[in-house]
Amino acid sequence: MKMKKFTPLINPQSIALVVVLLVNWILFPGFFNVTWQDGRLFGSLIDVLNRGVPVAILAIGMSAVIATKGVDLSVGAVMAISGAVAATLVTDGYPAYLAVLAALAVGIVCGVWNGVLVAFLEIQPIIATLVLMVAGRGIAQLITAGSIVTFADPLLIFIGTGSFAGLPMPVVIAIVLLILSVLLVRSSAVGLFIESVGVNRAAASLAGIRSGLLLVAVYGFSGFCAAISGLIVAGDIKGADANNAGLWLELDAILAVVIGGTSLLGGRFSIAMSVLGAIIIQAMNTGILVSGFPPEFNLVVKAGVIILIFTMQSPLATRLIEMRKTQRAVARKAS
Amino acid sequence: MKFFTKLAVAAGVAALLSSAAYADSLKGKTIGFSQIGSESGWRAAETSVTKQEAEKRGINLKFADAQQKQENQIKAIRGFIAQGVDAILVAPVVSTGWDAVLGEAKDAKIPVILLDRGVDAPQDLYLTSVASDQVKEGKVAGDWLVKTVGDKKCNVVELQGTVGSTPAINRKKGFEEAIKGHDNIKIVRSQTGDFTRSKGKEVMEGFIKAEDGGKNICAMYAHNDDMAVGGIQAIKDAGLKPGKDILVVSVDSVPDIFKAMMAGEANASVELTPNMAGPAFDALDAYWTSKKQPEKFIITESKLYTQKDDPKKVYEEKKDLGY
Repeated sequence: MKMKKFTPLINPQSIALVVVLLVNWILFPGFFNVTWQDGRLFGSLIDVLNRGVPVAILAIGMSAVIATKGVDLSVGAVMAISGAVAATLVTDGYPAYLAVLAALAVGIVCGVWNGVLVAFLEIQPIIATLVLMVAGRGIAQLITAGSIVTFADPLLIFIGTGSFAGLPMPVVIAIVLLILSVLLVRSSAVGLFIESVGVNRAAASLAGIRSGLLLVAVYGFSGFCAAISGLIVAGDIKGADANNAGLWLELDAILAVVIGGTSLLGGRFSIAMSVLGAIIIQAMNTGILVSGFPPEFNLVVKAGVIILIFTMQSPLATRLIEMRKTQRAVARKAS
Repeated sequence: MKFFTKLAVAAGVAALLSSAAYADSLKGKTIGFSQIGSESGWRAAETSVTKQEAEKRGINLKFADAQQKQENQIKAIRGFIAQGVDAILVAPVVSTGWDAVLGEAKDAKIPVILLDRGVDAPQDLYLTSVASDQVKEGKVAGDWLVKTVGDKKCNVVELQGTVGSTPAINRKKGFEEAIKGHDNIKIVRSQTGDFTRSKGKEVMEGFIKAEDGGKNICAMYAHNDDMAVGGIQAIKDAGLKPGKDILVVSVDSVPDIFKAMMAGEANASVELTPNMAGPAFDALDAYWTSKKQPEKFIITESKLYTQKDDPKKVYEEKKDLGY
């Protein structure tokens, strides 16, 4: 449980990202072209960041949950709920800031619900959050009455498609959230508390950590992140699509966390690396779009790259690299 | 005098037309309708249109929502048989497992009509089935593009439905058939947008980057309107004019695409009509009045809507159907 102050720049994840980006560049030479258009940056690289945001934000919350040896399957459904709440409120004539606050609050409530099930009813996280994963989409459909609720509210649309300092608004939101959450967990003891609960909840409680409250807060934070993602996705298409918003994104978020090197067994996590994982996933998606592969290849290509990353991260690979290092050192000494 | 003659003729014609349109054989009849559920906007619209069509004809419609479960549909059909309805409409949720219950309806001499989807059962167990022709939907979209661009060179990008789904396969096939032999029209990129707005937008963003900022694209063909709506936003974000710089044609004709047409941002949409019940009732009428066996497969019209078809009016008609 030793905390590293800085993650080394050369690690399997950054190598994977560079490789994926280079492959994209070979398949589509204009991949790195970024131009300035209508007061904002425009290019495939920007698309990678912008489209990666929903999963990246989910991954921020998911990292904390997974660090407690939990998992949150409900984030996709919570996205749908938050979008539905915001969209129906503004179409009913409520001011946009109220709709945004309500959507975020609903997200937190959903997360707290999960947290209570996990912390106090001691239901296994995968089961506890499965409840909301299934029911949540139904709730979202109830709110929107099954149809796509479209809106023309400038604030909501700005959250999804606006720009700030040349960057798409979702990217700005994600960066701010990333910085704040890393500061929160690493410059205070919160990160350590989360990890200790993940390693051994009973021991952590005995050591004086109020683990129940902490779990509720962590799941609540995950719900909050999901609500932000939901607002972004709804703003992006100027409508709340209860059937499809966030569909299967919980799996992408878990994948991003795992690619980022966080163990599903809990006790160790890096929010920044999870976000990097989300960007790797999106770099693959965008690459497939611009490369011109037929869509039947999408999943195969993704699976291939992911297997490669996991192989690079596996204990066996790490041992092999260590072995080479010592061999070389020995050889150098001998000569 | 002349005025009155005209009036009388007009009234006579109107009376004739109305009686011709909705024959009396259906009036007062009780028909059961077992609907799958309301999983999509289109399904909800089909339910409301079926109710409207029944009301127009003076039919007493008994409606049962199966909530996506075959067992509920079978229960509903058995209920209809027990009540002694005159006919049964079914939108089957799956294609297998219908032999027994359809046999019971046949024994009770109640004609059954399948809506929207077919079943794997002997054909003598049902009167007819009413469905759309998805290949034709793609073809109508392609024909529109062929006619619109003429001899000009045109690079098309295609937003496919979910990989491997029947509508995606068929709508792609129909479109390709239509542009075959027109070498000026070429599909340069084709990717799946999973029938959703956000994926449609994301895919179109990628296409625009890959095709010289969109300058190389002349038309976008989307397998459904939702993806087209997403694609239109991507085109706008790239600083291009959808409907002008890039032509937009799609399938389904949901209300929102007519909004886009009103704004000049979409050019054409092929309708997947929610009115499957109308042709079904007509077939029943013909069957009861002239004892004529209808064809086993009735194909609904794949109507093309363009900006010329008064999109505002169509939008008003469609917006309350529950899409």
